[in-house]
Amino acid sequence: MYKFKLASVVIGMSLAGSALAATEVEWWHAMGGANGEKVNEIAKAFNDSQDAYSVKPVYKGNYTETMTSAIAAFRAKQQPAIVQVFEVGTASMMAAKGAIYPVHQLMRESGQPFDESTYLSAVTGYYTSSEGKMLSMPFNSSTPVLYYNKDLFKKAGITQAPKTWQEVETTAKKLQQSGVSCGFTTAWQSWVHLENLSSRHNVPFASLDNGFGGLKTELTFNGPLQVAHVKKMGEWQKSGVFSYSGRTNDGAAKFYSQECAMFTESSAGYAGIKRNAKFEFGVTELPYWEGKVKQPSNTIIGGASLWVLQGHSKEEYKGVASFLSYLSRASVQADWHQFSGYLPITKAAYSLTKGQGFYAANPGTETGVTQMTTGTPTANTKGLRLGNFVQIRGVIDEELESVWSGDVDAQTALNTAVKRGNALLRKFERAND
Amino acid sequence: MIENRPWLTFVSHATLLLGIALVALPVWMALVASTHPASAFGVGHIPLWFGDSGVDTWKTVLLEKAGNGIDTPVFFMMLNSLIMALGITFGKIAISLLSAYAIVFFRFPFRDLCFWIIFMTLMLPVEVRIVPTYEVVANLDLLNSYTGLTLPLIASATATFLFRQCFLSIPGELVEAARIDGAGPFRFFFDILLPLSRTNIAALFVILFIYGWNQYLWPLLITTDDAYYTLVMSIKRMLSVTDGDIAWNQIMATTLLAMLPPVAVVIGMQKLFVKGLVDSEK
Amino acid sequence: MTVTFPQKGLPWLLLLPQLLVTAIFFLWPAEQALEQAFYQEDAFGLSREFVGFENFIDLFTDPLYYQSMLTTLFFSFSVAILGISVALLLAVMADRVIRGKLAYQTLLIWPYAVAPALAGVLWWILFDPSMGPIALWLNSAGVDWNHYLNGNQAMILVVIASTWKQISYNFLFFLAGLQAVPRSLIEAASIDGASPFKRFWTIVFPLLSPTTFFLLVVNLVYAFFETFGVIDATTKGGPGQSTNTLVYKVFEDGFVGLDLGGSAAQSVVLMGIVGLMTVIQFRFIERKVQYS
Repeated sequence: MYKFKLASVVIGMSLAGSALAATEVEWWHAMGGANGEKVNEIAKAFNDSQDAYSVKPVYKGNYTETMTSAIAAFRAKQQPAIVQVFEVGTASMMAAKGAIYPVHQLMRESGQPFDESTYLSAVTGYYTSSEGKMLSMPFNSSTPVLYYNKDLFKKAGITQAPKTWQEVETTAKKLQQSGVSCGFTTAWQSWVHLENLSSRHNVPFASLDNGFGGLKTELTFNGPLQVAHVKKMGEWQKSGVFSYSGRTNDGAAKFYSQECAMFTESSAGYAGIKRNAKFEFGVTELPYWEGKVKQPSNTIIGGASLWVLQGHSKEEYKGVASFLSYLSRASVQADWHQFSGYLPITKAAYSLTKGQGFYAANPGTETGVTQMTTGTPTANTKGLRLGNFVQIRGVIDEELESVWSGDVDAQTALNTAVKRGNALLRKFERAND
Repeated sequence: MIENRPWLTFVSHATLLLGIALVALPVWMALVASTHPASAFGVGHIPLWFGDSGVDTWKTVLLEKAGNGIDTPVFFMMLNSLIMALGITFGKIAISLLSAYAIVFFRFPFRDLCFWIIFMTLMLPVEVRIVPTYEVVANLDLLNSYTGLTLPLIASATATFLFRQCFLSIPGELVEAARIDGAGPFRFFFDILLPLSRTNIAALFVILFIYGWNQYLWPLLITTDDAYYTLVMSIKRMLSVTDGDIAWNQIMATTLLAMLPPVAVVIGMQKLFVKGLVDSEK
Repeated sequence: MTVTFPQKGLPWLLLLPQLLVTAIFFLWPAEQALEQAFYQEDAFGLSREFVGFENFIDLFTDPLYYQSMLTTLFFSFSVAILGISVALLLAVMADRVIRGKLAYQTLLIWPYAVAPALAGVLWWILFDPSMGPIALWLNSAGVDWNHYLNGNQAMILVVIASTWKQISYNFLFFLAGLQAVPRSLIEAASIDGASPFKRFWTIVFPLLSPTTFFLLVVNLVYAFFETFGVIDATTKGGPGQSTNTLVYKVFEDGFVGLDLGGSAAQSVVLMGIVGLMTVIQFRFIERKVQYS
């Protein structure tokens, strides 16, 4: 057995050697687990579909690790051709003009057919220049939704999923009376409870159109709406309506174990929840504060896009372009969307999925798409473009945690976060001016 | 025994057993966790007793792929870890023997300065100078190579210092006698110094092997080709799964496999290990 | 005085490999860090600006940096004191028993071989608020364990995970120290009627004090510089800044935060500390060598 395995590794290596005739395109990504296997599958399907190019996916750890290793590699002139960068890294990538090869330009110069209007603007908006040109190729996009445990709801005699935060509170209290210890928990607190809270209520997160207007942007998320929400969350943490469970999506465990009956998490969490939840669950739109907004606006996306880095040969770029076209195909997109729960990036993939009856068969999977595409995006809901956003998120996490633990009040914490965040923005402005 | 106090003896044994239990607790949990299917973790509590999917998990992890984004089997990463650990160990021993030899048995200008420069490397870990070191290694085109994994880590003040002490304790008469016999620097080194340092080398080997095997951040940073992934760094990759589940059973099995070789070395060569520890930190 | 060989060129040749490796992989990067500390640069290295001492001024006017210093000190002393006391207790017990001494030693020393990152992961899971057995047990005992939120609990966790493997090390040194205590001294005291407890505090412990002091230094250095893996694999410095030690902060600001200038300034400060510690340790060791 052992010997056989070793032999197969050796054979595998020599096969890989012979395949080197094709131009190799390295693609660094942050998709571990099942999604990572899917990424390998996609790359393999592309490689099998033609002989000229071979895409080699490399898993580099989580989003931060992937981005920072690509940057370190760029400094050392060892960068991959394609790197997957999460949405908060967008401004940093965009500002690095000598380092990136804008996707629209790449497609044109490699002679690939490319029509930007076929993409969903709610997704691509995050990644386009002020002239409306696509700088990177969206790959995995998601938006926050509310998952809830139907079994526990039934036990507590609740028939309707909460639409507003007011209803979340009353629902949680009812649940607690029925013996559930925690109302809701959340993943990605800054993204859900500050960034998307702001866009849902059409209030700015930062000045100059959330940073789309230039590097001089300043954070403004210490306004009355955000402070009120965070203050309420702090109280809820004490009363058990809310239970904090970490900066990433570790809260999922609490939802699976039925400790928490609701969970605000990315629409891309769907596959995992479906696999792990041993109960019936529902998906509904991200709540809003009744009375603060008439009609809630669209939420903004999270997730990541693919950036092409400078410093490779023309031949490799042709391969990159042809791979990006392949990725945008409706069939490839629809397959990825249905498998992972990430949003489709083209209109064709959306209608294809609909036509296949996927949404009807899997209730809840369309929630993210509809919620994100409602209404026309405003300057407050198009997305965020902030330099050093990775660190700013870190600062926000720290300050929010100090509210949850009861050390600091909401207003002070958000003021501090804004102040610390602005210092980071100024640093970025200076380095990239 | 000075006097016989049965209750004290009992307390001693009890305390020791409790200590052992506490020390072993994480490993026990990891072992139990690795015998359950991945789905056992999503729903909450880590089981407290063994499940029945242990053989499958261990076989998959060891021979097929470690999972959670790592497509390489553990045994393959073990080979890499072994190459790195041995490379670092032998490299350190070799260059330290030579430099200690030079410092003790020769007189030359700037001798003290050289010793100080070497000594300075003692404590500044690679983490605090990570970006420039990465760039240096990248400039030398050593990313994704065994040389890149080992060479930057083989400068060792500890080993040099240990050999220096060992050489200093060799009686001058012995050296004098060797010289009267007509032994040149080379013969002296190979016929007298090396045999005298044998136990020291062996003891150091154990300590350095552990050091090399347990390298974490450095391999994490400079490898992008899974042909060079080492076992300890792979844990970090396995832990950071985006938008998906973490297969704890596989992670626990990999963790146990990753700690097995150095633990085996410590237990198997306990005497040398103790000597190595005590000497290298004196 | 040692007898030496007269060759002039040979020693350089012997030193060459060591010096080369040190120069290329230590001095060169250290020099670059020093240079970087006076610049501000964008992440990709496309442009840089000379800013003089600004990075240092920023650093020393940042309250978070002082907080990180305090965190580091608290963390290091906790690890040292916890590790030393537990190991001393176990070593004293092991020194008392006649049967099974080697077996006990074997079963207590192996954690030394475990990589800090792995130790971190194991303890992290044991204490995980939603699935870890210890956390669940604590919860049922009325302790609301949540290290994702509670900075003190996160600190306790990284202290335990870091101490775990260090107990083995301390244990061995104490055991060696105990075995070197002259039997006659203890016998004399016991004839005088001193209880085992009293004997320990009046005779044995004072004799162990050089070992204890040595271990304190070694453990502090360990906690300061070698616990990166534990923190990176578990808390990543959080929640808040509560487990952000100086070494982790350099990495975090430089490699994750991409603030190269600021991180380099921190590296320079750390290099200064290391230089100082090296000199102190060097003197300390030299003296010890001369005595022995």
